[in-house]
Amino acid sequence: MAQEFMQWLSHPGLNHFLIVSGILFSFGIFAVLTRRNAILVLMGIELILNAANINFIAFSRYGTGTLDGQVIAIFVIILAAAEAAIALAIVLNIYQNFNTINVDEINQLRD
Amino acid sequence: MSQETILQLSTVILLLPLLGFILLIFFNKRLPRQGDWLGTGILFLCLLLSVIVLAGKLGSHHDEVLQFKFTWVDWGNVPGIGPLKLELGIMVDNLVAIMLVVVTIVSSLVHLFSIGYMHGDVRYGRYFAYLGVFTFSMLGIVVTNNFFMMYVSWELVGLSSYLLIGHWFEKKSASDAANKAFIVNRIGDIGMFTGIMILFANFQTFTFDDIFAAIQSGTIPFGSEPWLTAAGILIFAGAVGKSAQFPLHVWLPDAMEGPTPVSALIHAATMVAAGVYLIARTFTMMTADALIVITYIGAITAFIAATIAIAQNDIKKVLAYSTVSQLGYMVMGLGVGAFTAGFFHLTTHAMFKAGLFLASGSVIHAMHHALHHAGDHHTDPQDIRFMGGLRSKMPITFWTFLIFTLAISGVPFTSGFLSKDEILAGTLAFSSLNGHAIIPIIGFFVAGLTAFYMFRIVILTFLGEHKDAHRIQEIHESPFTMTVPLMVFAALSFFAFYSFDPFGASSGWFYAAVPRPESVVPGTVAAPGVAAFEEALHHSHSLAMILSLTVAGIGILAAFGTYYWKKISADAVADRLKPLHTFLMNKWYFDELYEATAVNGTKGLARAYAWFDDRVIDGIVNGVGSWTRALTLGTSRNWEEGSLGAVFYKAISAGLSIYIGWLVTSALMSPEPAFGEMLWNGILGLATAGLTFFLFFVGVGGFDNKIVDGLVNAVAYLAGFFGLISRRLQTGKVQTYLVFVIFGVMVFFLWFR
Amino acid sequence: MDLFTIIFYSFAVITLGGGAVVVFSRNIVHSAFALLFAFFGVAGLYVLLMADFLAITQLMIYVGGILVLILFGVMLTSQVLDVQIKTGTIQTFPAVLAVSALAGTLVGIFWSTDWKTTAAPPMEVTAAKIGEMLLTSYLLPFEIASVVLLAALIGAAMIARREKNA
Repeated sequence: MAQEFMQWLSHPGLNHFLIVSGILFSFGIFAVLTRRNAILVLMGIELILNAANINFIAFSRYGTGTLDGQVIAIFVIILAAAEAAIALAIVLNIYQNFNTINVDEINQLRD
Repeated sequence: MSQETILQLSTVILLLPLLGFILLIFFNKRLPRQGDWLGTGILFLCLLLSVIVLAGKLGSHHDEVLQFKFTWVDWGNVPGIGPLKLELGIMVDNLVAIMLVVVTIVSSLVHLFSIGYMHGDVRYGRYFAYLGVFTFSMLGIVVTNNFFMMYVSWELVGLSSYLLIGHWFEKKSASDAANKAFIVNRIGDIGMFTGIMILFANFQTFTFDDIFAAIQSGTIPFGSEPWLTAAGILIFAGAVGKSAQFPLHVWLPDAMEGPTPVSALIHAATMVAAGVYLIARTFTMMTADALIVITYIGAITAFIAATIAIAQNDIKKVLAYSTVSQLGYMVMGLGVGAFTAGFFHLTTHAMFKAGLFLASGSVIHAMHHALHHAGDHHTDPQDIRFMGGLRSKMPITFWTFLIFTLAISGVPFTSGFLSKDEILAGTLAFSSLNGHAIIPIIGFFVAGLTAFYMFRIVILTFLGEHKDAHRIQEIHESPFTMTVPLMVFAALSFFAFYSFDPFGASSGWFYAAVPRPESVVPGTVAAPGVAAFEEALHHSHSLAMILSLTVAGIGILAAFGTYYWKKISADAVADRLKPLHTFLMNKWYFDELYEATAVNGTKGLARAYAWFDDRVIDGIVNGVGSWTRALTLGTSRNWEEGSLGAVFYKAISAGLSIYIGWLVTSALMSPEPAFGEMLWNGILGLATAGLTFFLFFVGVGGFDNKIVDGLVNAVAYLAGFFGLISRRLQTGKVQTYLVFVIFGVMVFFLWFR
Repeated sequence: MDLFTIIFYSFAVITLGGGAVVVFSRNIVHSAFALLFAFFGVAGLYVLLMADFLAITQLMIYVGGILVLILFGVMLTSQVLDVQIKTGTIQTFPAVLAVSALAGTLVGIFWSTDWKTTAAPPMEVTAAKIGEMLLTSYLLPFEIASVVLLAALIGAAMIARREKNA
């Protein structure tokens, strides 16, 4: 069993990339869940998107053998760029209005 | 000089003015003197490079065509068409090298002149920026090797001339003139575009060489010669617009609303020459029929414009019509097959006509200054009837103006004599080859008219006595930035620059450099070849020279007789020929004609469309709206508007309509409607209709209160109840929601694994 | 251990290490810089997956664009000279539980699924092919993405603008 595992470890393939992406994804989720600072939440989202991209490309390489996954990844990057710009603009605006960017303190829309 | 050097230098010449434009349009406010030195300096650099290119081209690559191409877009193998790609590139042959020098020389001197003329203008820096973009686009037309870039530059020229004519856009007449120039040019450009598209559709390439080679190898558009003629004439339509040929010549005189140096640059030397250049460039693919059309258009233009020029009093208007007339000459020259002569006239005319405009600018500048000083704002500073006797006050302007006038009138020892004489000889040769005798007659008649009206300006402006003794005291010679260009142009109006033989251009370098290209069109539709034409030309040469000298002499004498010695009273002649004079003064009523037909026609069409949109389309939409509204109001008047019952009723009827619509659609869509399905649908439809009927007619009162309201209240209560519960889940924190999402995802994972 | 394996593990460590610092560091500036390493590691993984064009894109857009943007956000919203640069966390404990469960599920599934794989095609330059696909099969998404970017550009400028009269 242990030897089998070592064997598996020393031949990186699709699973390895997927597991790296899974861990990265969980890191991102964790950041989004626990951080109070909106910019750190954003960083978490970027990690999530990167993890998803690794999946796309890994499947494109090992699964289908075509480049479709890579094209989708490009769209993800495009949307990530747009999202980051908008989100940071919103963060700046919120900062000007509330003088804080801690997400749990901004609750004007509640009730 | 190597080929690469020449091509690289040409690219640099092309791009430098663009660089100047970019710098000036963004930074003119920050640069010292608003950047006029930058624009002017760049243009003089271009001029220097152009002269080097010309020398290198003529010196070491006299008979070669230097080209640089690259593939800009490669569409690969397009289904139904075959391999398709878009090649761009630049080309330098002798024609191009000469045009480069012509354009840059006029442009640089106009820049220099503008420093004095536009001094203190509100948009001084922007003016120089526009001059730069204009020069760039003009050079783009010249150096390109394909129709694509040529068309792009062609439109850019149109745009920049629009900007320059409308430079003083506060003046209504200036902005109108800019619009007119733009729109009229567009009409011609549509023709050119169509022509290019005919060629592209057949040859899948824009490059001149490829197209000409394809035609020469026998593939002609759509396999028929009339299409080739049509393509040629349509491309010529572009030239008709840009070179202000009949019937699109109306924009050019109006364009004189722009600053005078602009008139010199655009409307004398370069932009209007673009059309002639286009004909020269495509000359080799013109069929005999196309050339005859070109010849006649040119001749008619030359004639109409010359007659109009006689009756005008505005100095710039006279020059404008003279330009139109001379452009007609060039076009006619190319049309009859005197290729070199036509292009030669383009070059010489560029020099002396730019000079004439700049000199008139100098006069107007002085007059304006004097009138301004006297506080006179009513007298038109451009009207030659208020001038006279300026010779003593503005000697440089006078002498240069006189030289230009001699050149345009075709007096020996000037450049104009050389080129005009060759064109006239060409028309004689043309008529001897195919019997169009009217062409040389018009040619010689217009030559006489030209001499007459040009000397009319000289005499009325510079000779005799000034009308207002006080005003003339205030008139001064212009500053040297304005007089230096005049002197340079005057020098370039002498024969020695083009040929050392003052009576024959054919021995000069120019003729050796720009030989007439052999036609590539199929022999059956080609014009008489070079050899036959040269033969006919040889016979008519001496006759042409004698005749042209005679008519020029008559014209000049008539001008002096009428306006200087006053042997003939101009007013008496005008009175005698009152209808003719009015006709000419009103420019053959072209503007009125176009106003009545094209402009009003377009406006009428627009009104018809507006009416159709307003009445028919909006009518249908509004009709449907009001019909539906009437239906709804009519059937639901039992309830107060907005009451629950009404709402309910409407919801039911909406549902019913949708259901019926669905029934109809499904009946139409299903290829073989099953009988059982139709029956079921019918029953459902009937039941729904019955329910609606019941709601409407029977249960309106009690049913509404008890059941309907009860139902509604129950729904509302339920919604409130669930709202209270789910409210607890709504923390308003994104993170909480995310936790739910995570659990949801995990449930899915475990469920489906 | 061949070269591929070594490189894979080094990039995986860079990525996950960077990600961990992003998530667990209490100093937001440290987080931002750790993000750089995470992005860089991901780019390395892309190279291993024969996605050369995407690796470059990743470097240019994420490292060159988004990260700089985020740093700007940090600079503009935290008073850098303040002590406040350390940021707090909330509900850590339930989050740890949830995320561990999620990570366990994901890794377990990735591990245990018998993925249908094909033999990896040989290495080739992808940029030309991707470009071709963007302009053929993916033309509509591509155009829409350009509109989205434009909208984002305008929207971001609109939102972030300081109100003159406020």
